[in-house]
Amino acid sequence: MKFKNDRLLNIQSISYDIPVIRVEPSKGWVPLKLKELWEYRELLYFLTWRDIKVRYKQTVLGAAWAIIQPFFTMVVFSLFFGRLAKIPSDGVPYPIFSYAALVPWAFFANGLNKASNSLVGNANLIKKVYFPRLAMPIAAVFSGIVDFVLAFIVLFGMMLYFGIVPTINVIWLPFLLMLALITSLGVALWLSAMNVQFRDVRYIIPFLTQFWLFATPIAYPSSLLSEPWRTIYGINPMVGVVEGFRWALLGTETSPGPIIIVSSLVALALLIGGAFYFRRMEKTFADVV
Amino acid sequence: MNDIAIRVEHLSKQYRIGGKRERYKTLRDTLAEAFMAPFRRASKLLRGQATGAAELDETIWALKDVSFEIKRGEVVGIIGRNGAGKSTLLKILSRITEPTSGFAEVRGRVGSLLEVGTGFHPELTGRENIYLNGAILGMKRVEIDRKFDEIVAFAEVEKFIDTPVKHYSSGMYLRLAFAVAAHLEPEILLVDEVLAVGDAHFQKKCLNKMQNVGREGRTVLFISHNMHAITRLCERAILLDEGKLLMNGPSQQVVSVYLNSGYGTKAEREWPDPSKAPGAEVARLRAVRVKTEDGRVTDVIDIRQPVRIEMEYEVLKSGYVLLPHYQFYNEEGLEIFPSIDNDPTWRRRPRPKGRYVSTVWIPGNLLAEGKIFVEPALITLNPVMLQFCERNAVAFQVTDTLEGDSARGDWLGRMGGIINPFLKWDTQFNSNKHKSVENINISKSRK
Repeated sequence: MKFKNDRLLNIQSISYDIPVIRVEPSKGWVPLKLKELWEYRELLYFLTWRDIKVRYKQTVLGAAWAIIQPFFTMVVFSLFFGRLAKIPSDGVPYPIFSYAALVPWAFFANGLNKASNSLVGNANLIKKVYFPRLAMPIAAVFSGIVDFVLAFIVLFGMMLYFGIVPTINVIWLPFLLMLALITSLGVALWLSAMNVQFRDVRYIIPFLTQFWLFATPIAYPSSLLSEPWRTIYGINPMVGVVEGFRWALLGTETSPGPIIIVSSLVALALLIGGAFYFRRMEKTFADVV
Repeated sequence: MNDIAIRVEHLSKQYRIGGKRERYKTLRDTLAEAFMAPFRRASKLLRGQATGAAELDETIWALKDVSFEIKRGEVVGIIGRNGAGKSTLLKILSRITEPTSGFAEVRGRVGSLLEVGTGFHPELTGRENIYLNGAILGMKRVEIDRKFDEIVAFAEVEKFIDTPVKHYSSGMYLRLAFAVAAHLEPEILLVDEVLAVGDAHFQKKCLNKMQNVGREGRTVLFISHNMHAITRLCERAILLDEGKLLMNGPSQQVVSVYLNSGYGTKAEREWPDPSKAPGAEVARLRAVRVKTEDGRVTDVIDIRQPVRIEMEYEVLKSGYVLLPHYQFYNEEGLEIFPSIDNDPTWRRRPRPKGRYVSTVWIPGNLLAEGKIFVEPALITLNPVMLQFCERNAVAFQVTDTLEGDSARGDWLGRMGGIINPFLKWDTQFNSNKHKSVENINISKSRK
């Protein structure tokens, strides 16, 4: 009996269905097996839950860290870029201008960092148990949502303080968060798979996020650029996310529509490419990690 | 056709291992290498080839052309020395790693128990870890809910179920881990040496559990170094050696072949044909023997008894100062220690042609229990030239005693360590101090 490459098939037997798994060498690009990933959704849930549960164990400040990080970056930015350098902020107070961008940014950067190290950090698991490896970086990114929500509550408080009423566009926020998640996961899939073989990646990530922070309009508005450069700027998917957040929450005037379209396309390309690259490298994980 | 649970055909697995560094390299080579290597690796990475961080020249076959079938409901043992490919086989069957060639067909849900406690998180409580670990091993949440009480009872940790497992004793930790795994209900269970945990009472419980799994009509593949467990649990056993399947038959027979084979290395080895003997221009190895104190060749030594190892060699050219030495390895391939000739008679003296026998004495109560592999070697000094170096030339088994006068004393469990020297101990007892300690404890507990 011949079955297609490592696919799970059900064959009829006399009394009940028995899945037959064929284990054989795979070559080149392999299917993503999203169906199998779906079957393992409970594992995904437990891994995410573990990451959340364990994150702030044995810390004094606990979950406050989720707020401290973006909040104090905002304070520093407001002081240096807002007060001293007098960088324009699209007509809203600088602190909330930068904080509205730092909240999705922190979600992206932390997710990227954790997901990229997720395979190496769980090497023991990968060497001993079979499960779709994609679950590891996905869970790492998902677990950041709790931090995001906490930081977002502070953002809400700041909006009250500054007397800013969110626009109707706020309904786009879940989509924008999704875009940040896809970007974070897309990049992390590439990096986590590379990290298995080259621990150099671990040292690259802090640099990468630092450069990326300044390549994204967090401390400054993208309206400093004129069209068509502004739209092209959307090639960095985080530009779409950050401008989208400001547009939806603070009602900054420049509509980021074209930017978000470009950003979404790039983010999707990163994700799909990353997923296939990850699956291709997956067979070596247990042997190399 | 349908009663076959596992079919393995021509399964092979090749591992790349980092090649040994060449010894004599110029600085220029090293620099050029260091400069070029990242580019080479990066290009390999982008092409998606399997690469390790080290150089990739040497490969080993962890499994080579292994074929067998296992019927539904069979309990089969897999035996073989360390590095024979047992774990690799289970890893392939549980889809952790891919074979290099050949294939395996597995019919039914597979549960693998390659190590207990994988995925346990020290910060989480026992309860949380049961759910997490269960999910990792492929259990559904409702399934864990249903078996939760049973798992806790089996592990005997009821009182501590809401304590983070980092506060558990190692015994409790292992019991809980095994309990979760033992309550998996896959059609096929792959088990790697998990019975070697816990105290005797718990080991017995585990063995019984395994036996029941087999009786329930589930297929079990079971790796163990415990031959007693293999013959007790399995009708059939498979013997692997250096990645090849040596034997596949009734477990009693396979176990006895394995035990008598001595892993293919004997206590005595001779090279009667000088042209085939290991050696170079100055000296040539002719024989190596493991002997007891009274000069009998033996492959089994009581842990308390001294053992002597002889190398007989022929010196073909006069006028060289020779340095015979040994290296001793254990089953894991770890070097236990080297020993270099220090016989004052021939120290720094050029030797005339002829036959020599160099003997080293290893005292009793030093080596650890297990198989010891001997590597005799000989170099000349001035200039330093290697004459021979014969890996695994001979081997012998060190057996421990339960009489209480070896390093293990009255401990009957597993002894770790590379050596097990019998050391001097003493105990000081001071009844006054003891009382004062007790007083402190009491005053603390009163608070």
